[in-house]
Amino acid sequence: MATYTLNINGKKQEVDVDPSTPILWVLRDHLSLVGTKYGCGIAQCGACTIHLDGKATRSCILPISSIGEQKITTIEGLSENGDHPVQKAWLEVDVPQCGYCQAGQIMTASALLESNPNPSDEEIESAMNGNICRCGTYLRIRKAVKTAAKS
Amino acid sequence: MTLVRTKIGRRAFIRNTGLAGGGLVLGFNWLASCKMTPEQVRSLPKEWFELNGFLKVGDNGLVTIMSPNPEIGQNVKTAMPMIIAEELDVAWKDVIVEQAPLNTAIFTRQLAGGSQSIRQGWESLRMAGATARHMLKEAAAQAWQVPSSEITTKEGQLMHEASGKSASFGEMASAASNIEVPQEVELKETKSFSIIGTDKKNVDGEKIVTGKPLFGLDVQREGMLTAMIVHPPAFGMKYKGMNAESVKSMPGIKDVFHFEVYQEDTEKQWSDGGGIPELVAIVGNSTWECMQAKKALEVEWEEDSKLESTAYHDEALTALLEKAPEQPARKDGDVEAAFKKAAKIVESTYSAPYLAHNTMEPMNFFAHVTPEKAELLGPIQTPEFLELTLASRLGMPVEKIDVMMTRMGGGFGRRLYGTFAVEAAVISQKMNAPVKLVYTREDDMTQGTYRPAYKVKYKAGLDENGNLIAWHVRGAGTNDDLIFENRFPAGAVDNYLAEKHSLQTNVTTGAWRAPRSNFIAGAEQAFMDEVAEASGKDPIEFRLELFDRAINSPVGEPEKNDYDPERYAGVLKLVKEKSNWGTDSGKSRGVSAYYCHNSYVAQVLDLEDGDGIPRVDKVWCAVDCGIVINPMSAKNQVEGGIVDGIGHATYSAMTFKDGKPEQSNFDRYRLIRNAEAPKEIETYFVDNGIDPTGLGEPSLPPIVGALSNALYKATGRRHYSQPFINERPPLVG
Ligand code: FES
Ligand code: FES
Repeated sequence: MATYTLNINGKKQEVDVDPSTPILWVLRDHLSLVGTKYGCGIAQCGACTIHLDGKATRSCILPISSIGEQKITTIEGLSENGDHPVQKAWLEVDVPQCGYCQAGQIMTASALLESNPNPSDEEIESAMNGNICRCGTYLRIRKAVKTAAKS
Repeated sequence: MTLVRTKIGRRAFIRNTGLAGGGLVLGFNWLASCKMTPEQVRSLPKEWFELNGFLKVGDNGLVTIMSPNPEIGQNVKTAMPMIIAEELDVAWKDVIVEQAPLNTAIFTRQLAGGSQSIRQGWESLRMAGATARHMLKEAAAQAWQVPSSEITTKEGQLMHEASGKSASFGEMASAASNIEVPQEVELKETKSFSIIGTDKKNVDGEKIVTGKPLFGLDVQREGMLTAMIVHPPAFGMKYKGMNAESVKSMPGIKDVFHFEVYQEDTEKQWSDGGGIPELVAIVGNSTWECMQAKKALEVEWEEDSKLESTAYHDEALTALLEKAPEQPARKDGDVEAAFKKAAKIVESTYSAPYLAHNTMEPMNFFAHVTPEKAELLGPIQTPEFLELTLASRLGMPVEKIDVMMTRMGGGFGRRLYGTFAVEAAVISQKMNAPVKLVYTREDDMTQGTYRPAYKVKYKAGLDENGNLIAWHVRGAGTNDDLIFENRFPAGAVDNYLAEKHSLQTNVTTGAWRAPRSNFIAGAEQAFMDEVAEASGKDPIEFRLELFDRAINSPVGEPEKNDYDPERYAGVLKLVKEKSNWGTDSGKSRGVSAYYCHNSYVAQVLDLEDGDGIPRVDKVWCAVDCGIVINPMSAKNQVEGGIVDGIGHATYSAMTFKDGKPEQSNFDRYRLIRNAEAPKEIETYFVDNGIDPTGLGEPSLPPIVGALSNALYKATGRRHYSQPFINERPPLVG
C-alpha cells in the first residue's frame, strides 16, 4: 500500500492503494467515479478511456504508480453541466443504445477534436476504431463527432 | 375512440400505495433514471398521487411513469412510457421515467426477450394510461358538475368547452386518486396519436453521456464486498480441490471458498440454463485485490465428461447431416420424386461457429442476503424467474426477496440466464454481508451459454422453366435443432421436406439475439440466391413469385405457415424501390428478406469493390413491425442489428480445444469495429397501422444473407462458412 495524491477533474484526491492498481479501479472502487467503465482490462475495447494531460488513455492498464503529476479527466469532469460539445452532439444524434461503451467513446472523441478540430471521415473512423460498441452505434458515433466538430 | 374492457393487467389497476412507496424512495435515489431538467428537479411536486401501478401524477402536473420491463439497450424504457403517456394525454416533457422493480402483483411479463416487450405490453400499457385519464376526467366532472363525456384532454389539461372551465392534471390528481377504477376505458384512435410515432430521445441519454451510475457494475453500498468466481478452465471438468490458505492472507482478501450454486433440491427455472454447478468464490474489499488473488489461486480440476474440441463438433454435426432423422419436421409432396424429374439441382452446406454474447458490461450482480430478507439489484432479463430460483435456493418466501433491475450494458440473450445473480446471493448469504459479484471479461467469455454451432444442408430442384419444384432442408445444431419448419419457403413449394437434428454437447448454449434465426436466415437467403441464379431469374423476382404462390395457392394448410406472405412481399417490394434495384449501382449488391419475432425485414446491401476486405458501403432496410412507437429509436435498433449481424458473420468465433475455450478476451475474439461498419444505412418502415411487433432482433438475421450474396458478386465465390474472414482463399487481398 502507498499513498498517492492525484489530480482528478481539477481536484486533488488522496488514495491509499497498492502501487500496481490501475487507475480504472482507483476511480471506480476508491473514488466512486464509476462513469469510467470496465470492458476488457487489456487495452482492447476503450470502455475505460480517460484523458491523461488531455490525451485519450486506457485506464485499465495504467498503474497508479505511473501517474505522477499528470492531470486526469474522466467523463464526470469533461464538463460542468454535461454541456461539452461532444456530449451535446451525442444527445442530439441520440447515439447510445445500452450506453455502456459511450463514456469511453465520448472521451476518445473529445480528445480527437481537441487535437484535430476538423477531422476527415477516415480520421474519425481511425481515431474511434479502438472503442468497441457491442450495440453497433458506430454510424451515429461518426455522425455525432462531425456534429460536434461543426459546433 | 375504441371502448375496451380493462381486463388485461387488471391487477395493475388495483391501487396499492405500499408498493408505490417503495418505487418512489428508490426512484429518487441513484436508481432513478429520468430525463429531468434542473428546472424540473427544482419543481418536483410536493405530493404524488398514484392512479395505478404504472403511474403517479404530481400536484404540479409532473407524471412519473414506471417502465416495467428490463432495459438492455432496446430502449423500451423510452418506448413503453411513451405508450402510457399517449393514452394519458400528457405532454412528454412533463414525464419522468423510472425503472420499475420486479412486481408480479402489478406487472405482467417483466422480461426482455424475443423482441416481445412492446408487442405483449401494448394493450396493458395503453390501458394504464387510458384508465388514469378516465379517472382524471371523472374527478373534473364531479368538481365542475358536468358530464364527464363532455370533458376533453390535451397535453395534461382538462377542459370543458361549454362552461369554459379548465384545470391541469396536477390540480385534479388528488381527487382522481379517489375515483373508482373503471371497468371499461376508451382508447384513442391510432390516427390521433401525438406521442406514438414521433421521435423521442433516450430517457437515460443525459445520464449516459455524463457518466452517472446506471449499470449493475456501478452499484456501491456501505460495507459492500466485491466477489469474483473461478470456474473450471474447460467444459467437461469439475472442481477437485484447492489450497487457498496463502491467497486468503493476500491484502484485502476476506475469504476464498468452494460452493454449490445450486443444491440437489433446488427447484431450477429455465433461466438457470447454462450455469456451472460448483464454483470457487473469492471475496475481498476491492476489484483489483480480488483480481490479484484470482491470479494467485491454484485450483485443481478433474475430468468429469468428454473434453470436446471444435473439430469434434464439426465432424459430429457433419455426420448428423448425412442421415435422416426418424421423423421429418414437415413434409409436403414428395421431394425425392421431384428431384428425379428436376431439370436442375442445387445443393449447398452452410455452417457457423459458437458465439459468445460479449455484452460490453460483463455479468455482475449485487446481493444482500440476511436471515430476514434478500435484496438483489443488477442487470437481469428475467427477474421473475430469478426470484423463484432464489426462493428455493435460499429457502425464503418470494415476499422476502426484492429483485430490482439496473440499466444493462447489453443483453443479447445472455442475461436471460441469471445464474450469476444466484451466485451473488449464495456468496452474500455465506458472507452475511452485501456483496457485488463481478465477472472479469475472461470469466464472462469462457463461462459458456453460447450461441450454438450450426450446420445446414440445402437441396433444391428446378423444372425446365426455372420454377422451384422441390426444397429439402436438413439442419443441426449443438443442443439445438435449428430448423423452423413452417417458415418460408414452406407453403410456397409443392415438394418440401424439413428435417432437424440436435447434437448433445457439454459446451453450454443459450438464446443469442434472434435464436436460430441469426444463422438460418443468412444460410437460407444465401441458398435462395444460388437457386435464383440457377433459375436464371432476378433474385427479388424469384422470391416474389414464391410469395405469390403462398398468397394465391398455398401448399398445405395455410394457417400452419408461420408468416404472412403479403407482408413479406411488401418489405421486399419496398426495399426494391428504395434501393433502385435493377439499376447499376457500380457496387456488388446482395438482397435478403426474413421474418422472425413477428416482424418482417428486407435488405439490400452494397459492397465497395477494391483491395482487401470489401467494405459495406450502404444498406437499405425495409421493416414491417406495424405501428412504430419511436421512429428515431427504431432506426437505431435496426442499425444496431445490421452492424451486429455483419460483424459476427464476418469476424467472430468461439472455438475449443479439449474443452477449453480458445478465446477469452477481445484480443483473440474479434468484434466489428467502427471502420468496418457500413458507411451508410437507410431504414424505411411500412406504415400500416397494425399493432406493433418487436424490433430488438429482426434486422439482424437477414443481413447475413444480403452480405453473403454481395460477397459472391464481389469475389465470384459463394461463402459457406462463418466467420467469412477465415474463408480460404482469404477475403483479405
Ligand atoms: S477496459 Fe480498458 S480498454 Fe477495455
Ligand atoms: S451502446 Fe451498448 S456497447 Fe455501445
